[in-house]
Amino acid sequence: MIFRRNRARRPLPRWADIAVVPLVNVLLAFLVAGLIVLIIGENPLRAVRVMIVGALGNSEGIGYTLYYTTNYIFTGLAVAVAFHAGLFNIGGEGQSYIGGLGVGLLLLAGDRALPLAALVPLAILAAALFGAAWALIPAYLQAYRGSHIVITTIMFNFLASALMVYLMVNVLIAPHQMSPWSREFAPNAWLPRADEVLAGLHIRAAQSPLNLSFVLAMIACVGVWAYLWHTPWGYELRTVGQSEKAAIYAGVKLRRVIIVAMCLSGALAGCVGVNEIMGVHHRLLLGFNLGYGFTGIAVALMGRNHPIGVALASLLFGILSQGGAELAFEIPAITPEMIIVIQGLIILFSGALANLNRSFFERLLAIGPGA
Amino acid sequence: MAPAEPGPPAIELRGIDKRFGAVHANRAVSMQIASGSITGIVGENGAGKSTLMSILYGFYEADSGEIAINGRPVRIRNPRDALRVGIGMVHQHFVLIDPFTVLENIMLGAEGGVLLRRGKALARQELQRLEGEYGLGVDPDAVVGTLPVGAQQRVEILKALYRGAEILILDEPTGVLTPQETDQLFRILQTLRARGATVILITHKLREIMAVTDEVYVMRAGTVVAHRRTAETDIGELAELMIGRKLRLELDKAPAKPGAVRLMANDLVLHDERGVMALDHVRFAVHAGEIVGVAGVSGNGQSELLEVLAGMRTAESGRVQVDGADITPLHPGDPARMRALGVAHVPEDRQRLGLVVSFAATESALLGYQRDHAYSGPVLLHHHAINRHCRTLMEEFDVRPRQPFLRCANFSGGNQQKLVVARELARRPKVLLIGQPTRGVDIGAIEFIHRRLVEQRDAGCAILLVSVELDEIMALADRILVMSDGRVVGDVARRDADERMLGLMMANARPADGASTA
Amino acid sequence: MQDAYLIVLLTLSATIRVSTPLILCAMAGLFSERSGIVDVGLEGKMLGAAFGAAAVSAVTHSAVIALAAGILVAIMLALIHGFASITQHGNQVVSGVAINILTSGLTIVLGIAWFHQGGETPPLPQEGRFMPIALPGAARIAHVPVLGPIYAHLIGGHNIIVYVALAAVPLTHWIVSATRFGLRLRAAGENPQAVDTAGISVAWLRYRAVMLCGALTGIAGAYLSIAQNAGFTRDMSAGQGFIALAALIFGKWRAWPALGACLLFGFLDAVAIRLQGIDIPGIGEIPVQFIQALPYALTVILLAGFIGKAVAPRASGIPYRKE
Repeated sequence: MIFRRNRARRPLPRWADIAVVPLVNVLLAFLVAGLIVLIIGENPLRAVRVMIVGALGNSEGIGYTLYYTTNYIFTGLAVAVAFHAGLFNIGGEGQSYIGGLGVGLLLLAGDRALPLAALVPLAILAAALFGAAWALIPAYLQAYRGSHIVITTIMFNFLASALMVYLMVNVLIAPHQMSPWSREFAPNAWLPRADEVLAGLHIRAAQSPLNLSFVLAMIACVGVWAYLWHTPWGYELRTVGQSEKAAIYAGVKLRRVIIVAMCLSGALAGCVGVNEIMGVHHRLLLGFNLGYGFTGIAVALMGRNHPIGVALASLLFGILSQGGAELAFEIPAITPEMIIVIQGLIILFSGALANLNRSFFERLLAIGPGA
Repeated sequence: MAPAEPGPPAIELRGIDKRFGAVHANRAVSMQIASGSITGIVGENGAGKSTLMSILYGFYEADSGEIAINGRPVRIRNPRDALRVGIGMVHQHFVLIDPFTVLENIMLGAEGGVLLRRGKALARQELQRLEGEYGLGVDPDAVVGTLPVGAQQRVEILKALYRGAEILILDEPTGVLTPQETDQLFRILQTLRARGATVILITHKLREIMAVTDEVYVMRAGTVVAHRRTAETDIGELAELMIGRKLRLELDKAPAKPGAVRLMANDLVLHDERGVMALDHVRFAVHAGEIVGVAGVSGNGQSELLEVLAGMRTAESGRVQVDGADITPLHPGDPARMRALGVAHVPEDRQRLGLVVSFAATESALLGYQRDHAYSGPVLLHHHAINRHCRTLMEEFDVRPRQPFLRCANFSGGNQQKLVVARELARRPKVLLIGQPTRGVDIGAIEFIHRRLVEQRDAGCAILLVSVELDEIMALADRILVMSDGRVVGDVARRDADERMLGLMMANARPADGASTA
Repeated sequence: MQDAYLIVLLTLSATIRVSTPLILCAMAGLFSERSGIVDVGLEGKMLGAAFGAAAVSAVTHSAVIALAAGILVAIMLALIHGFASITQHGNQVVSGVAINILTSGLTIVLGIAWFHQGGETPPLPQEGRFMPIALPGAARIAHVPVLGPIYAHLIGGHNIIVYVALAAVPLTHWIVSATRFGLRLRAAGENPQAVDTAGISVAWLRYRAVMLCGALTGIAGAYLSIAQNAGFTRDMSAGQGFIALAALIFGKWRAWPALGACLLFGFLDAVAIRLQGIDIPGIGEIPVQFIQALPYALTVILLAGFIGKAVAPRASGIPYRKE
């Protein structure tokens, strides 16, 4: 079969675009990961089984899986919202770090004075505001000074990290403490764990870090979906991402949209702080954000920037994270870092090499009725 | 017929044929271009001139036909092949590297060795020789991005000469030049001819053809319709040949009953990114209940005019008035404000401006009106109303397929356009700005859109119609403005206008010139 | 006095050692970005090469073979980036991020599987590393005041890769400014269409640039694991690839200014370590993190156009499609 070069390619049908192409991309990533497992000298199919049983086989595993999922939803949505505006936010890592700082500062100040019912909305607000603020500067520089958002958000990740180390080591460290940890919050500032809530409903579940911020993540999915597809602002944001010229034609204020999109993105990433600081660690510490921001890129690419896709992709990465930890017990040769490899491969196949698979399908479908 | 030809023609084209899908861009084009001559090729937009030259320069390959250079048949598959047989091209949009010096730009691809130092010295010598021969007046060490447009063009010419081009193709070379720079260019072309080079000049400016060429080919609808010795023709004949006697679009319409002034432009001035004056003190008025057509070869300021009137760009000086409301550079309009004032805009480029190809039809049907209270509450969009609205538009304008949730990319060009026109007309605007309303639209849809425009006019809308299709202007307009080089060079009532006269104005020749020779 | 002098010298000497991987990566990025391919994957290529070099060194005990292995790994990664960016017209930033994440996981997974030491390679023997070279006569003139220590500690006392890095700067400058390849490279980064109409393949040009970039990051990676250190440790590149990227931007995509930025950033790092816990009269203790954050902050300020203007090659990041 010879393909003529100037033959006009038809756009892919919707089913192929939404389901088949992304699935094949993910499959390719897993195929390569399987090869790596083979190279290590282990059986990839056994690894998959161990992972699935470890992640979903009992209530503890499920709890851990969903706890990871929560973080991935936040950072995945963060990347997706920016993507819809045509912006690549690599700064989820720093924004979630600073979001956590916001939560920590609020709780350190108010945990003994306020009840949980007041602390929860305030903590969410603090996480969102701090995360948004960390995204605001790169957004402003992109909108008004033309600095490239990719580079500035990378730099802001490192700046966030330096700031946090300074604050934890020099300012917020608890007295008489060697590790750079803040004091523990009073228990009334702890976000209830899922197993505690379920126990209240007479459902028994093993203890796990899964907490109520999972509900917040679900709300965030619905909120992002409603914002992007059901408000005029979301409509304008998507128009900017698809065609700046059309947006100008439609009377959209480009700069304002860039700033709003990035602040929303930062706020979502900041919510990782609610899960980690208020829900799990109950104190401010270093490195609680590690890797979630970058995984968000893989999640968004795999989920096609749609909240439902992001939620599903987050679940998959949650399974991988928890299953990967189990895997390390059962098959010591395969370490939890395997999931980082899979992330990298997914970003490569669903993102950088997205055209490869797509053009293959376009050709495949062109042969059918066209030839 | 040929008077004592010394040798074979520099270029001979025989039966060149080229299709792009349904478009037959060149059909059986044959030409003989004499060595050491300046030959003009004229024609309207879309006549096939640029395609033909792209084939000659190896950007496209012809579907069939032969090319012979100096009597020898050649195959030109890419620009490198073209260079090898001695063809150089000066594009309408220069292909230069701004931060490079003139010398570096000229050397690129012909560096003369792995190291630049020796090549640079040789190139400098060669440039000095060319400078002595042709007097181009370009400093080899100047940074190209800092040079004026005319000098950049001469760098392009130098680039071709440096590579040993003996045949030079210039595509609309004077569009960006000042009159002084144009004169200088023509002197250079004449020097080139004197030194034995062959020059092909593609232009729509007939006066320039008369001024500098030896022979001229006229193209229309992909074919050569005439070949003349310049000395044996005149502007009037060429204009007529270029425009041709076409199937006139017939449209039943009552005479316009113009009312109050709805849209007024006063001394609008705008420079484009290259610093060329895109709008040169443009002034006119459009009354309620009339269609004013803006005729002109594309790229003479019409696009900028539409963008300024629609609020997408702000003029540097001058004033726009909509129904008495002032828009000046101090109080710039923006598209949202212009819409609120009752100005609707069907942009020239529907694929990039008029709609978003990746959006569903319902979403594109909302473009520009996303904050309208009919479709959006304080927070949420009213999807029911939006979808109903889209369905109504599709019904009224017969958009097919009638699937509001289909992505715009999946509609044909004509149906995309009907959707955009429907959206803009649905608001019963006071002023309608419409650019190229029927570009790439099939005949049935053309007639449909035209009838709708006349209906709007009769309902009291002030319509400004920009089109490069003269027939369209002739069929629709009640009054015709002609734009050339950013200026309004003509303002005539439809009943006083004929195609020949408009063609002359578009070609930047005063009607008197044509009349005297006719 | 004598002590202070020695401290200054040792700080400067440390600056050179810390700057070496930055310089190599900045030059690597220069080739790629001047050709029009944005590279945020310097970090990943360096890390991959560090692992490759250390792993091969652990097996072969040969520094030279290990270096070659490091270069090979980095070139392979660069070719993935090239394939995605040049042939597939993919998003160059996404591709770079993918390579960073992929290598940060893969080096640990393979490291544990092969060496069973928690992701580290075993400590490498001297013959598997590049050791500091004592310049001839250094020991004898070390006691000569002023000049002796300079000769022994600043000019000498480094391993061979340090000198390679320093030589890479004039070499890069020369290639980019004085050779045909360099002219075409710069042209491709500014206006690939001009390169194309001159009859030169943009894709092949960019592939060569990307491979050169890979080779240099490969040397940088090998420096980390088999010269500066005696083996691979997890995430040992520790953001230096990004500092190098910052230095490249800070140097406005030019070789000599980029060297200056690398030395500045390296100096800040060396000083930060030395200043830890020291009270400076009148100022107090300067937080290490403040100094460590300076390169990033300075780069942001530069990008914002507050100190000069950093203009990237015009066509960088945009996939080139032939019309």
